[in-house]
Amino acid sequence: MTASTRPVGGTILTPAAKALLVLAVLGGAVGLYRLTQGLGATTAMNDGYPWGIWIAFDVAVGTGLASGGYALAFVVFILNRGRYHRLVRPALVTSLLGYAMAGVAVMFDLGRYWSVWRIPTHPGSWNGNSVLLEVALCMMAYTAVVFLELGPAWLEGLSASRRPERAQLAARWLPRAEKALPFLVALGLLLPTMHQSSLGSLMMMAGHKLHPLWHTALLPLHFLFTAFVMGFAVLYFESTFTGAAFKRPLETRLLARLGKYVAGVIIAFVVVRFVGLAVEGKAGLLVGSGLFSFLFWTETVLLLAAAALFLRPQTHLRPDQQLQAALLSMAGAALYRVDTFLVAYNPGNGWSYFPNVPEILFTLGLIATETFLYVLVVRKFPILAGVTPAPGRAVPAGLKQGATT
Amino acid sequence: MPHTVVAEATALSRRDFVKVCTAAAAAVGLPAWAGEKMAEQVAKGKKPSVIWLHYQECTGCTESLLRANAPGVGELILDLISLDYHETLAAAAGYQFEATLESTMKENAGKYVLVVEGSIPLKDGGVYCYVGGEKAIDTLTRVAEKAAAVIAIGSCASWGGIPSASPNPTGAVGVSQALKGKPVVALPGCPANPYNLLGTVLQFATFGTLPALDDKGRPLFAYARVIHEDCPRRAHFDNGRFAQAFGDPGHRQGWCLYKLGCKGPQTHANCSLLNFCELPGAWPIGLGHPCIGCTEQGIAFNVPIHQNMPIDKPTAPMAYPGVNPPQGHQSLIAVGVAGLVVGAAAGAGYAASRKLAVPPGQGTKKED
Amino acid sequence: MTVSRRHALKVLGSAAFAAAAAPVMAEARSARPSGPDDLGLLFDTTRCVGCRACVTACREANKKPADVVMIGGAPYDAPLDLNGSTLTVVKAWTAGGRSGYVKAQCMHCADPACASVCMMGALHKGPRGVVQYDVDRCVGCRNCQIACPFNVPKFEWGSNTPQIVKCELCRHRWAEGKGPACAEVCPRGAVVSGSRPQLLAEARRRLAATPDAYQGGIYGATTGGGTACLYLSAVGFGPLGLPGLSDEPVPALVETVQHGIYQGAVIPLVLFGAFAAVTWKNHRSARPGQEDES
Repeated sequence: MTASTRPVGGTILTPAAKALLVLAVLGGAVGLYRLTQGLGATTAMNDGYPWGIWIAFDVAVGTGLASGGYALAFVVFILNRGRYHRLVRPALVTSLLGYAMAGVAVMFDLGRYWSVWRIPTHPGSWNGNSVLLEVALCMMAYTAVVFLELGPAWLEGLSASRRPERAQLAARWLPRAEKALPFLVALGLLLPTMHQSSLGSLMMMAGHKLHPLWHTALLPLHFLFTAFVMGFAVLYFESTFTGAAFKRPLETRLLARLGKYVAGVIIAFVVVRFVGLAVEGKAGLLVGSGLFSFLFWTETVLLLAAAALFLRPQTHLRPDQQLQAALLSMAGAALYRVDTFLVAYNPGNGWSYFPNVPEILFTLGLIATETFLYVLVVRKFPILAGVTPAPGRAVPAGLKQGATT
Repeated sequence: MPHTVVAEATALSRRDFVKVCTAAAAAVGLPAWAGEKMAEQVAKGKKPSVIWLHYQECTGCTESLLRANAPGVGELILDLISLDYHETLAAAAGYQFEATLESTMKENAGKYVLVVEGSIPLKDGGVYCYVGGEKAIDTLTRVAEKAAAVIAIGSCASWGGIPSASPNPTGAVGVSQALKGKPVVALPGCPANPYNLLGTVLQFATFGTLPALDDKGRPLFAYARVIHEDCPRRAHFDNGRFAQAFGDPGHRQGWCLYKLGCKGPQTHANCSLLNFCELPGAWPIGLGHPCIGCTEQGIAFNVPIHQNMPIDKPTAPMAYPGVNPPQGHQSLIAVGVAGLVVGAAAGAGYAASRKLAVPPGQGTKKED
Repeated sequence: MTVSRRHALKVLGSAAFAAAAAPVMAEARSARPSGPDDLGLLFDTTRCVGCRACVTACREANKKPADVVMIGGAPYDAPLDLNGSTLTVVKAWTAGGRSGYVKAQCMHCADPACASVCMMGALHKGPRGVVQYDVDRCVGCRNCQIACPFNVPKFEWGSNTPQIVKCELCRHRWAEGKGPACAEVCPRGAVVSGSRPQLLAEARRRLAATPDAYQGGIYGATTGGGTACLYLSAVGFGPLGLPGLSDEPVPALVETVQHGIYQGAVIPLVLFGAFAAVTWKNHRSARPGQEDES
């Protein structure tokens, strides 16, 4: 596919990009304030709700939405559906940026962020029972793996450089990057399987503090399901977004064939969830738990509506319905994760929490930064497929054959 | 004593005398046997010679000393100590009087106790206070040099007091600042409680030691605790019952004066435990006025009398949190912002999908 | 309606765990027992008069500043709950027209959830069963706060170098031959310290002496896998704010599930091998004549 991937090119600082930068700067200001004044002064987090939206949204939802690379890699490399290959690079870029932003959020959320280097470097202190340790190590490793998976793209970007030493570097490393790919892909499949499921296990320890509709031994499986749902949904979102933003042809027909996978995962998730609740004897909570019943059904309805849309034959031809289905499934899965981490979590002892304005601004700033960087990367590197090459930016002939990502 | 400069002596029986000593010892927290020991020492003629110097002050400390009853002033200055030089109490005057200072210093060199009342001006070479034609700082330095112990009585002598209040026109300082390097016992107060002086002097006279001092030179027996800790109105504080204004029902019922500016929580002194001149309640809080913090450097004459201040060592109120007290803050603005963000995202998603809507036939054509 | 370990096994066994979870042959994780020398506290609501000597003594012993709260315009040391400067607190309970006081502090679980989740073991079981904190191994993730069923570990939100704060049973005073300061100053024996077996014996003695004075037995004897701090109550434990836990240690469920899924590092390695093999095969076969460019 690389034969047809090209940098989009064009101006970086469009008005929209400037608006994103304004949000990013606002978020950065909040980050600076947090670094100088501390968490208590900046956020509404408290001893009852030690994890706010920076974890529940930026990390739990953010990395879920960054599972596009994972979900797609599963379809392309394990189920061997090569036709989706053209979606791989943009999906990996969203994954990389999503995980990087989650990492940034974590660094600002950690009380003692300067000690974080000890985690990867002190294996002697690792607590083998700690789910969070596994999540942390896996996420660090996965971010590196995604970066390396994109190695060919970076190198191709370099090889187009006018400076000969950069082009030489690229020529030397491209074949090696290609060879390593199956192993990187396998790692890129294993690590999210581990940490996305463990994100769910993380909240299992909350025990009685998590509402029983969410607290189940199936949490790891549920989080794996939602990772796939959000990952697929992001593929739609991002494909449509780049199509509209860069005036590229939409990939409606290609995406249409992906619909059955998304719908399948959603239905599997809903079924497993209901069966799990029934086995655990919690079916009665589905009604009569007030807000929590409502939230549960909202998640379920959003997801099922998305599944229904994905399965409708008309949707296969209509980008608007595809986008709607993607957004509905994203919303449903994201709500499930936010509920698990925050809304359905009640520590008791009279505690309450709602994110304050700085927390919201910081999260918006991260999203804006991520979007800006995405646009920057696809403009500068050969990520997106199927664009007529910009004049004068042709890839050197020698690189065309080797590049097969 | 050759230089008996004070008024007529009254002879005391030994029995009465021991009683007086015991009362004085008890007042400052010494055991009863200390009083007997004092009496013994005095009977042996070992009364401590005391030189009392006045500088920038109001003589309030002397006045309050004169109003002590047990021992009364007569017993005190004739029987317990030998007050050899005191400007206010001296019968003599002029050159004759000043000569007693020199002779006392000579006869008791290295043995006398120096008590200083009032602050010492240092500005402009110390010209703002002359006594007997000599600058305050000069007499002080000269007399202190041969003193066995130096006691600063009152807030002025302890750290400058009223004369040192801003803008401190004379550059007034306390004795310890004027006599650098010399240990000085500070007995701040406006006025100082005379029993704190008696106790210090008698301990020195009897045992040759000075009481344990805090970091500001104040004897711990009198200044270790803040007024707040032993305040008779403390129960009202603990229960949150505060006089809100002078004369309001709370004030009339003797409620806590903290909100009227009471400095009790910062002020180290034993006013509530040791009555001034044996008069119960004869101190500011006892009379319904907040403590002004006269024994605390930086409070009295520096902080407005009725200004409310923080509490150094907060204690628990007579109220308990519930098992599940409401905790955590939620801002309505944040709820609004969050609603806007979620709403905007949902709206933008819907609007974007509407924009993409094309008649079914054309959708396929758009693809590459 | 919390999930028990047995339940989890049932669910895990019955649910089809497609790609992620290989066949789960999870062995039920055995609870970690408390030691005979474990130090603990026994609190008795029937004796506490709410004097808060324990709170004051705790502050002094642990050099924690007062938690200043303005009440009616005056500052008081009035913590609402355990917090970054408060290792123990006395709260008032009411139940059925009765009222009284309850002291809260770390329960020093035999099998603590906070230590189970702690990435680097900053919170860990130390000598005499004390759940203790080592700031050098803490990154401030606050997972312990999420995990603790009693909401005990507290975070110094106001600090730029925050630490987790919790009762460590005054272990810094052991060298001086002293035990927990709170028990030392209690004027009514409402909180006493001692080894866990001693405390259990004392609790049973009190229960036997005046059985009518108490309800609900001994909280912590087996609750949550056993805690070193035990409670006796006149009104049961719900009104005291103590959660109704089963006898299973809190970490048991998660550790059973996680270790069940992972089987050490075996399952991840197997998965990696499988992924790599399939990818390699597909990658090779896909190279010529790719269908994806259509």
